[in-house]
Amino acid sequence: MIIMETTIGGIIYEPGSSAKTKTGDWRTFKPIFDNEKCKRCGICQKFCPEGIISINEQGAKANMDYCKGCGICAEECPFKAITMEVEKK
Amino acid sequence: MSEVMEGSHGVAHAVKLCKPDVLAMYPITPSTHIPEGLAQLIADGKMDTKFITVESEFSAMSACVGVSAAGSRAFTATSSQGLLLMTEVVYAAAGMRLPIVTVIVNRTISAPINIWNDHQDTFAERDSGWLQIYCETNQEALDTTIQAYKIAEDAGVLLPVFVCMDGFVLSHTYEPLEVPEQNEVDAFLPPYTPKHAFLDPNKPITQGPFAYPKPYAAMRKELSDAIMNSKTVVKKVHNEFAEKFGRAYGDGIIEEYKSDKPTVIVAMGSVCGTIKEVVDERDDIGLVRIRCYRPFPKEELVKALEGKENIIVFEKDVALGMASGALYHEIKSILAGKNVRINNVVGGLGGIDTTKKNISNFVDRMKDQNDKIEFLRGDPNE
Amino acid sequence: MNEPENELLAPGHRTCAGCGPAIAIRQMLRATGKNVVICEATGCMEVTSTAYPETSWKVPWIHVLFENVSSVASGVKEALIKQGKDDVKVIALAGDGGMVDIGFRALSGAMERGHDVLFLCYDNEAYMNTGVQRSGATPFGAATTTSPAGTEIAGKQEWKKNVPFIAVAHGLKYVATASIAYPEDFQAKIKKALSIKGPKYLHVHCPCPVGWGCDGAKTIKYAKAAVETGLWALYEIEEGKLKLNTKPSELKPAEEYLRGQRRFKHLKEEDIKKIEKHAKQRFDHLLELENSEISLLKVL
Repeated sequence: MIIMETTIGGIIYEPGSSAKTKTGDWRTFKPIFDNEKCKRCGICQKFCPEGIISINEQGAKANMDYCKGCGICAEECPFKAITMEVEKK
Repeated sequence: MSEVMEGSHGVAHAVKLCKPDVLAMYPITPSTHIPEGLAQLIADGKMDTKFITVESEFSAMSACVGVSAAGSRAFTATSSQGLLLMTEVVYAAAGMRLPIVTVIVNRTISAPINIWNDHQDTFAERDSGWLQIYCETNQEALDTTIQAYKIAEDAGVLLPVFVCMDGFVLSHTYEPLEVPEQNEVDAFLPPYTPKHAFLDPNKPITQGPFAYPKPYAAMRKELSDAIMNSKTVVKKVHNEFAEKFGRAYGDGIIEEYKSDKPTVIVAMGSVCGTIKEVVDERDDIGLVRIRCYRPFPKEELVKALEGKENIIVFEKDVALGMASGALYHEIKSILAGKNVRINNVVGGLGGIDTTKKNISNFVDRMKDQNDKIEFLRGDPNE
Repeated sequence: MNEPENELLAPGHRTCAGCGPAIAIRQMLRATGKNVVICEATGCMEVTSTAYPETSWKVPWIHVLFENVSSVASGVKEALIKQGKDDVKVIALAGDGGMVDIGFRALSGAMERGHDVLFLCYDNEAYMNTGVQRSGATPFGAATTTSPAGTEIAGKQEWKKNVPFIAVAHGLKYVATASIAYPEDFQAKIKKALSIKGPKYLHVHCPCPVGWGCDGAKTIKYAKAAVETGLWALYEIEEGKLKLNTKPSELKPAEEYLRGQRRFKHLKEEDIKKIEKHAKQRFDHLLELENSEISLLKVL
C-alpha cells in the first residue's frame, strides 16, 4: 500500500507552494487599517514577516489568509493608521 | 593503450575520461595520489575541470553535493578517517539522490591510528544508501570508475557510488593498465543531463527540504527500493562495458572462480587474487568474490552457494560487539535454514598480510567446523 | 514594487509571529531579485520554509546539513560557472549557529579559497531552532537555556564573537553588518556585495521574539534600539577601510534595548553599566578606525 507519493530525493518542483497553508488560523489579534490615516508610505509592507500587505490608492490591506497577527505593522506605522483588535472566531 | 602506471594514477586517468565538471578533494593517505594525479592532469592542460582544494573531507563531500545538485558531474576520493568525517554528508547525498562518484582507497580506522588497508571504513557506510563496488585489481578500479558514473546517473538509479580499492596493495602498485580512448568512453558515457536535480533560476526548485514522518518514511522506502533496483543496472552497465572494452568481472555483481567445489571462500577486494592462487594450487576449494556489496547480491549468492557444504567468509572488517565480521552474518542470514556450515575469518585488519599459507591453513582447520570464527593476527604460518 | 505578488518568499511559511529572520529573508530577496541560488544551512528559516511537499521559495534553493552551507555553496558556484552561468549569484545563508559556530570551518575555508559567493549570516543570537541555546553570537549577559541566569552565574559570561572582523582577516574586499530595522541600508549592502566578484560577508542582526522573550510586535523596535544604543553597529569594510553607516550623535542608554527582553531581565545595574561601557568603547574604536587611514587588509 502506498501511503504517500513522494518525489525523487524529496525535491519540490512547485515554487511558492507554501501559500497552500493558511497561517491566518494562528491569529489572536488582527490588524485594522484606517485608510483615512494611511499615507501609503509602505513601512508596514517592508516589515511584515509574511510579505502580505498590499498598498494602492485605496490604502493598505493585509491578506488575512496568512496574517499571524504579530502586530509589527501597527507598531511601526508612523501615522497610527493600523490598530490591533482581538480576532473573533 | 597499455601503460605502466600506479593504481591511483589509473583511477585519475579514468576520472579524466569521465570529464567531471568539478572535483573537490582533500589529501589523506593512501588516497592522496588520486588528487595529485588529477591536479597534474589539470595543470598540464589535459583536463578541463575545476579542482576545489577544500579544507576538509567534510567539505569535499559537501562541495560535491553542491556540484551534483546544481546539475554537474562531481568527483572525490578519500580513505579511512576522511570517509568517517564525511559520513553525515554521505548519508545526505544518497537521500538527496545525487549521482556522485567517489573512489575509496580502503584503509583501516582509528584508534590506534594506522594507515594500512582493511575494509572498516566503507563498512561503516554500508547502510548509507550508496552503492559499493569492491575491486580486485587496478584495472578493475579504472574500469569500474567509468562504469560508476553510468550506473549512478541512470534514470532508474540516481544514487551515489563508492568504488572501493585496497589501500597500498592496489593504490600504490605499478602495473600495466589498459586506458581506454576518450572517444570510446564518450560513446559509452553520455554527458550528465539531470532531469530531477538542478539549480536554475529559470526553473526554481527546492532541494533538501524538511519532511514530516509520513513523507520521510515514504522517501526512505523509495530509497531502499531504488538501491535494490540498481543491481540490474550495475549488471547491465558491466555487460555493456565488457562488450565494448573486452574486460569482464564475473557477472558484474559476483565472480565465481572454480566454485563448483563443496568448500568455497567468500571474499571481497584484492585478497581475492591471493585466494585465487590458493584455489589454483589445491583442487578442493573455490572462490565466490563479491564485487557489488551494496546493493547486497542476495539472489546471486544464494544461487552460487547452492548445495555447498562449507563456506568460509573471509573479510577485512570487524563487527565490534558481534565477535565476528559483518559479512559473515549477512551470508548466514541469506542461507538460513540451509544445510551448510559457515565459518568466518576476520583477516587483514590494519593491513596485516594474508599469505597463501594462512588461507590454506584456515581452510584445513575450518573445513569440518561450523560457526568457527577466527581473527588473523599476522603470523605468516598461522 | 513591494507588492505581495513580487515576493520571492511565499507566505504560509511556519515562522513564529513577528519573526525577525523572516523579515531578513524577505528583505534579502527584494535586493537579490530572481537570478540567484540560495544555499541554506539547517536552522529556523530552513525548517519553517520547506515543509515537504510545500516550499516558500520562488528562487532555486538547496539545504544539505547544518555545518556545511559554505562548502555546498562553493560547489554550486563552481558548477554554475562550469555551466556558463557566471551571472547567477550564489548566497550561502545561515543563522548564527550555522555560520559562526558549527559552520565556521566551512565558512573560513570557502572565504579563503575565494569563491564568488555572498556569505550571509542572519543573527538572532542563539540556537533558536533547537530551543534557545547559547551560541558564539549570543551577547554578554543574555540568558539562554544553556547559559541560564542562576544564583551564581548571570547568563552568558563571554562577549559576542566578532565574525565580520574574522571575515576581513581572510582578505575579503567587502564585509558589512546590517539590521532588519534599516532595510534600505541592508538591501544596498546586498546589492553592493553581489556586484563585487569574489567572497563577501554580510551579517544581519534580527531579533527573535520567542528566544529573546519580547513582544513579537516589537521586533523592529528592538532591532533599532540595538543600533541606537551601540550594542549593534552598522558598518561596511571595503578594501579593509571601515565606514560607519549610522552614527548617532550620542548612544542611547543600554537600558533602552535591554529592558523588556526576558533574556536580560536578571541583569543588575552594574551588569548593564558594564555592557553600556563596552558598547561605548567599541563604538569609539569603530569611529577611530573610520577616521584613520588604516586599511585592515594591510596587516594581513
